[in-house]
Amino acid sequence: MQITLNNICKSFAGKVVLANVCFDEAFSSLAIVGPSGAGKSTLLRIIGGLLTPTAGELYIDAAKVIYEEKQLLSYRRTIGFVFQSKGLFEHLTALENVTLPLIHSFDMTTDKAIETAAQLFTRFGLEEEGHKYPSQLSGGQQQRIQIARAVAVKPKLLLLDEPTSALDPELTAEVLDMLGELQSDGLNTIIVTHEMGFAKKACEKIMFIADNTIVESGPSAQIFSNPQSQPLQSFLNKVLEWHV
Amino acid sequence: MIPMVTTTSTPSKRTKIMSALIVALIIVSFLWLSMFLIGYKLDFATLLPFKQRLWQGFSATLIISVMSLLISLFIGAMTAIGQKSKVLVISYLAQAYVQIIRGTPLLVQIYFFFYIVGTAWGITNRNVAGALILSIFEGAYISEIIRGGLESIDRQQYEIAKAIGLSPAKTSRLVTFPILMSRILPALSGQFASIIKDSSLLSVIAVNELTQNTQEISSQNFRMFENYFFLGLLYFAMSFTVSMITRWLERVYKHADNT
Ligand SMILES: Nc1ncnc2c1ncn2[C@@H]1O[C@H](COP(=O)(O)OP(=O)(O)OP(=O)(O)O)[C@@H](O)[C@H]1O
Ligand SMILES: [Mg+2]
Repeated sequence: MQITLNNICKSFAGKVVLANVCFDEAFSSLAIVGPSGAGKSTLLRIIGGLLTPTAGELYIDAAKVIYEEKQLLSYRRTIGFVFQSKGLFEHLTALENVTLPLIHSFDMTTDKAIETAAQLFTRFGLEEEGHKYPSQLSGGQQQRIQIARAVAVKPKLLLLDEPTSALDPELTAEVLDMLGELQSDGLNTIIVTHEMGFAKKACEKIMFIADNTIVESGPSAQIFSNPQSQPLQSFLNKVLEWHV
Repeated sequence: MIPMVTTTSTPSKRTKIMSALIVALIIVSFLWLSMFLIGYKLDFATLLPFKQRLWQGFSATLIISVMSLLISLFIGAMTAIGQKSKVLVISYLAQAYVQIIRGTPLLVQIYFFFYIVGTAWGITNRNVAGALILSIFEGAYISEIIRGGLESIDRQQYEIAKAIGLSPAKTSRLVTFPILMSRILPALSGQFASIIKDSSLLSVIAVNELTQNTQEISSQNFRMFENYFFLGLLYFAMSFTVSMITRWLERVYKHADNT
């Protein structure tokens, strides 16, 4: 999948968060890394059509994304989005959370939707959790159900914003395993993450964001073994300091 | 409730019935004892000749309450949304309505709306005027209940709706409404019961509702205790019904998050 960012800018009430972000690469899995507050979530939400950039253009496989409410509604249906936490509807059970977009955004029949959801729950070992409400689920289960909901609609691209940062290591592995499996099935993913191990091993390319823009990007092997820019070098030194 | 058997698990049906009977017994004996102490003998047969009037008052109160419930829900919903409007005139208007109505007694509003506004705009039918005044009064409280409920919904829920490509109309129907209902039903239930009780104040503009009719009956049979005792019973029957209906609705909209 080819993603092209053409001078994307975003400011909130005059405060610049993203300045002239340019990017043009083909990949099937991309990890966005960078220090806190750098603008990673903001960029991901722009790519997901949840936020309109102040200026600039986004192209997915050379098709321009139109930031108009009507076009965005159908654009968002082609993208899966996984939130850092609390990403499920609180008033619906796990199963209903997965069937709702199928029924109401994709006009699938209820029976077909339940069947689709049940298959995913079985595949990812969530059979026992279908009837539970989000407040009755562990953080890891909630994240896996969010991913199940996102992939149930067969998106052309899955976006994940720090899907494991609220989880302890065991649950993190649970979620990352699921994600790795989906990636090897050929699902296109962009993940914002602090899990450098996952970025390095499971993601084809890395985008490093600092100071409101992309400082460096490239194949993950190269980014980790041979960082070019000084900000990336010091970022990697910091995050890998306690790495075993 | 006064549980005779304290259990942590759910009590059996038998325990429930027994406890309820004991409570009923306590209440009835308290009332009976009070009557006995003042040496009064209740005779409800004295109400029989007036059953036509009582029935007429009861149905008037019922109709006025149901009408007010529906209209006040509508006013409350509209002004709750209005309060959050980006158009300042609408927002201020809705806020002024809520503040003024909640800040003044119902009695004052009844006189003001009936004798000044009603007369000026030609609303002279007392039942219609009564139902409207009551709706305006209760609508302000319902408005605040709904506004509070809307504000309590986590913004992230709307972000999810957006992300899965749900249209704004479906977001309101499938996300906002059910979450809102589960949060505000207990408060709404109390407000609905208030509508029924507050309707008794409409007797001051001679609406022929239950309280007004009971007052008239009292001036004929001089049986204050029986009359008002029965009056209380009828109001309780109505508000208890409302309470039961909303409890049922609460169960419909209940999800594990708000247990
Ligand atoms: N809706 C908003 N209104 C105002 N400022 C915002 C808004 N969203 C984000 N910001 C600001 O934009 C900057 C970048 O935020 P963003 O969430 O994109 O960072 P991030 O790289 O995802 O950081 P983290 O790793 O902590 O999640 C922050 O300074 C934040 O305060
Ligand atoms: Mg973030």
